[in-house]
Amino acid sequence: MAKVLVVTSGKGGVGKTTTTAALGAALAQGGQSVCVVDFDVGLRNLDLVMGAERRVVYDLINVVNGDAKLPQALIKDKRLDTLHLLPASQTRDKDALTDVGVARVMEELRERFDWVVCDSPAGIERGAQLAMHHADVAVVVTNPEVSSVRDSDRIIGLLDSKTAKAEKGEEMEKHLILTRYDPMRADRGDMLKTEDVLDILSIPLLAIIPESQEVLRASNLGCPVTLNNPLCAPARAYADAARRLKGEAVPMSMPTERKSFLDKLFMRRAA
Amino acid sequence: MSILGIFQKRNSGAVARDRLQLILAHERAESGRPDLVMQLRDEILAVIANHVSVEADKVKVTLERGEGVSTLGLDIELPLGVSAKLDAKLAAKLAEVAANGAGRKPAAKKAA
Repeated sequence: MAKVLVVTSGKGGVGKTTTTAALGAALAQGGQSVCVVDFDVGLRNLDLVMGAERRVVYDLINVVNGDAKLPQALIKDKRLDTLHLLPASQTRDKDALTDVGVARVMEELRERFDWVVCDSPAGIERGAQLAMHHADVAVVVTNPEVSSVRDSDRIIGLLDSKTAKAEKGEEMEKHLILTRYDPMRADRGDMLKTEDVLDILSIPLLAIIPESQEVLRASNLGCPVTLNNPLCAPARAYADAARRLKGEAVPMSMPTERKSFLDKLFMRRAA
Repeated sequence: MSILGIFQKRNSGAVARDRLQLILAHERAESGRPDLVMQLRDEILAVIANHVSVEADKVKVTLERGEGVSTLGLDIELPLGVSAKLDAKLAAKLAEVAANGAGRKPAAKKAA
């Protein structure tokens, strides 16, 4: 009963790779076996965010072409036994991926893992479409910002028309993760509110990830934020998202950094 | 968070710089011959296959990119029944390949 999940957005730089690593690690922390797959051929970065960049030998294209078997290309995470990475190729381009080859690899991944989390490249072209094609569930990553919301709308359209599920006439399960959210600015009215984004995109909310220095810190260190500092606000938000994906009912709250009483007092006054 | 945690946090930018410098140095060096690892694996396997039958998927290839060097690891499962004689022949052949490789190193590029 493997589930294939695609993390997609249309727009670049909104946090797809961060989200893939964080969700993948959070699902694996719950004891399920997880493989995160980098579909960004030519511009791989998931290996760097996962801290496995020095150990890449084979990649998705090698497996698709049959140059390497899947187990040879999988990189086991050094911190979590249940977490694996299938990196993208850095030297080829996306045209090296054949539809049939990708379908075969995805089938093999399904047999091996509980969760396959695919990190989509930016854009709406072939690479992004290949990444979403075999998905059962889609996570759309959006920033509370006009161009990101517009691009997400395009991607939602593709999820409903270009995927294997859509072609079979089935409904693609879609979820929204709102990243880089700053509640203070939203309260002041200087940022799109969660309700606005949900209203426009009309897909259910999976998590709100607050803007946080912990995200950059984790990527600096090459560690998914949910592993690097599980107690920080973005990590808790991703962990909740992972539980919701597994079907648990977790109440939605705006995760905030845990502050001391004095900090809270000061913040109240300042705001 | 421990004292170590605080220490780490302060230096995450420096860790990022070091990681990038290392991986970019490797990528720039590899850009001329992206398939070197695969080529090395295939040729080493071909030598071994002259003596014993090795299944391609019983070979584990690891690569660790380090400071100034990469370490290539080949973990090859040799089936039972490989006689001591063959092992010796194999060792000799591998030594010969290694010697040739070392000898040709200055000419580099096409050696592998």
